[in-house]
Amino acid sequence: MAELTMRIWRGDPAGGDFIDYRIPEVEGEVVLDVIHRIQAGPAPDLACRWNCKAGKCGSCSAEINGRPRLMCMTRMDTLPTDQPVTVAPMRTFPIIRDLVTDVSFNYVMARQVPPFRPATSGLDGSFRMAQVDVDRGQEFRKCIECFLCQDVCHVIRDHEENKARYSGPRWFIRFMELESHPLDTNDRRELLRQRMGLGMCNITKCCTEVCPEHIKITDNAIIPLKERVVDAAYDPVAWLGRKILRRSKRSAAEALADAPSYAAPTAEDLASRKSATGPSAASPSAASPSAAGPSAAGPA
Amino acid sequence: MSTLEDVKPTPVTLGGTRGGPAVRTLRRDRWWVSPAVTVGVLTAFVAYATWAAFQNANYYVGAAMHRDLISPFYSPCLAESCVPGSHPGFVITWWTISPAILILIFPLGFRLTCYYYRKAYYRGFWQSPPACGVADGHASYSGETRFPLILQNVHRYFFLFGLVFNVILTIDAVMAFRMPGEGIGVSLGTLVLCVNAALLWIYTLSCHACRHLCGGNLDKFSKHPIRHRIWKTLSPLNARHMLFAWMSLIFVALTDLYVRLVASGVFHDPKLF
Ligand code: SF4
Ligand code: SF4
Ligand code: FES
Ligand code: FES
Repeated sequence: MAELTMRIWRGDPAGGDFIDYRIPEVEGEVVLDVIHRIQAGPAPDLACRWNCKAGKCGSCSAEINGRPRLMCMTRMDTLPTDQPVTVAPMRTFPIIRDLVTDVSFNYVMARQVPPFRPATSGLDGSFRMAQVDVDRGQEFRKCIECFLCQDVCHVIRDHEENKARYSGPRWFIRFMELESHPLDTNDRRELLRQRMGLGMCNITKCCTEVCPEHIKITDNAIIPLKERVVDAAYDPVAWLGRKILRRSKRSAAEALADAPSYAAPTAEDLASRKSATGPSAASPSAASPSAAGPSAAGPA
Repeated sequence: MSTLEDVKPTPVTLGGTRGGPAVRTLRRDRWWVSPAVTVGVLTAFVAYATWAAFQNANYYVGAAMHRDLISPFYSPCLAESCVPGSHPGFVITWWTISPAILILIFPLGFRLTCYYYRKAYYRGFWQSPPACGVADGHASYSGETRFPLILQNVHRYFFLFGLVFNVILTIDAVMAFRMPGEGIGVSLGTLVLCVNAALLWIYTLSCHACRHLCGGNLDKFSKHPIRHRIWKTLSPLNARHMLFAWMSLIFVALTDLYVRLVASGVFHDPKLF
């Protein structure tokens, strides 16, 4: 039976290296299957995250032959096996062990997204949306939070210092979903311009290229947001129009006060609270599902 | 404009050891082919367009050859020096160098600030990044947040100028059906100008700024059914913007070349019917 070589990154924050594993080729496998066979055989201590093996949980992100991909959705027969298949952890986030990285950066950014804030409801207390308006945001809801787009984005991949002021493509689609929501009343455009780093993106489309859900991140979220920011800050005609017409949304500073980062604890908050044990001040703000997720505190 | 300075951001923990080797890329496919092709084609186009714009000759096939064909690089021909028959009703007298330079700034600005071409030259020329998962070659990076790149935000104005030019080039294409001395007819040159105008329209209508202004800026599609319909029609075109960008770029150069060859007498523009 033919054999293949898997070249897998083994290491932790102290350092690491690629280790080659020779393993028989089995028909119909995906990369994650081979990783599991290596765990079952030569390297029982190989660390990797996975959950669904169906491309739906977004846990198994890694860099296969240098391309950010889901291990469970990458078929072995699409990779050349005459050379070693390299599997490395996502480059943009700090390593925990082997193929597992600490993705808490993404949750910190999630908490800075001012959540959905609806206008007042109808007389019967309900909110109504037309189907066309419902349809528009559906694409963005397909996101499985694999963070491959965040990983591949050169703004933070190649420039660590930008992380402090860049929310990244995954949150840009969230921003677009909220900004174009017919019932929402927050205006997040100045926030995007001044704090979330929308202008840092140079629309080179790597996020769109790697997204396993095929979300058109750049065309349908980032560029429309850039155009909305032009309306808000750069286009004198649109500016004049705003002065004449009544403003109907809440300003960026008001919207920011809604962001769960001001209610939910950050990893640092948690650390400081551990020492001074007091009543938890965190009010559960579940508007942004990921913001309240268990991993929000990071794996510390 | 609201200021956000008094609101403290959530601190982001920077640093931490990254996994994987500190190499430029682990990719083994030929990722450099696409940026190299981009650089090659764009350089060839800029070289040809610059040469053609400074020729200041052979851009118009007039009544002497029983045709009315003008190169898209020289239309509208506004300078006094424009060859007879090539300019519209009025002329600009103070302009003395090639009339192409006078107008090319608009299509140039349109393409330079186009979202697709930005991607193409950021990747190809500026290597920021050259390809996905390949490290960009710069120590620091501020994207489009500072001068000069912040000027990319004027793209929608260039789009509006682009519409004006499309109308002019469409008129040129219609005029190309006139064959002075031979009546009305269709020549190969007519078809070339028509295809050129059509491609420019498709490129312009698939523009992201166009999609935004036509309906993308709405939050409630249900309240604006007509604009929603326009947006829905433009969106599939917009998804192919890259394709139209290349097609129209290459065809514009070929159109100029065709007019240039006919005007300089290399061959006669064949009349089809
Ligand atoms: S298009 Fe923008 S957000 Fe997406 S990867 Fe490129 S720079 Fe990052
Ligand atoms: S947008 Fe796509 S690539 Fe980014 S986290 Fe969501 S599913 Fe993953
Ligand atoms: S294991 Fe769930 S996405 Fe791969
Ligand atoms: S022309 Fe390309 S985006 Fe406007």
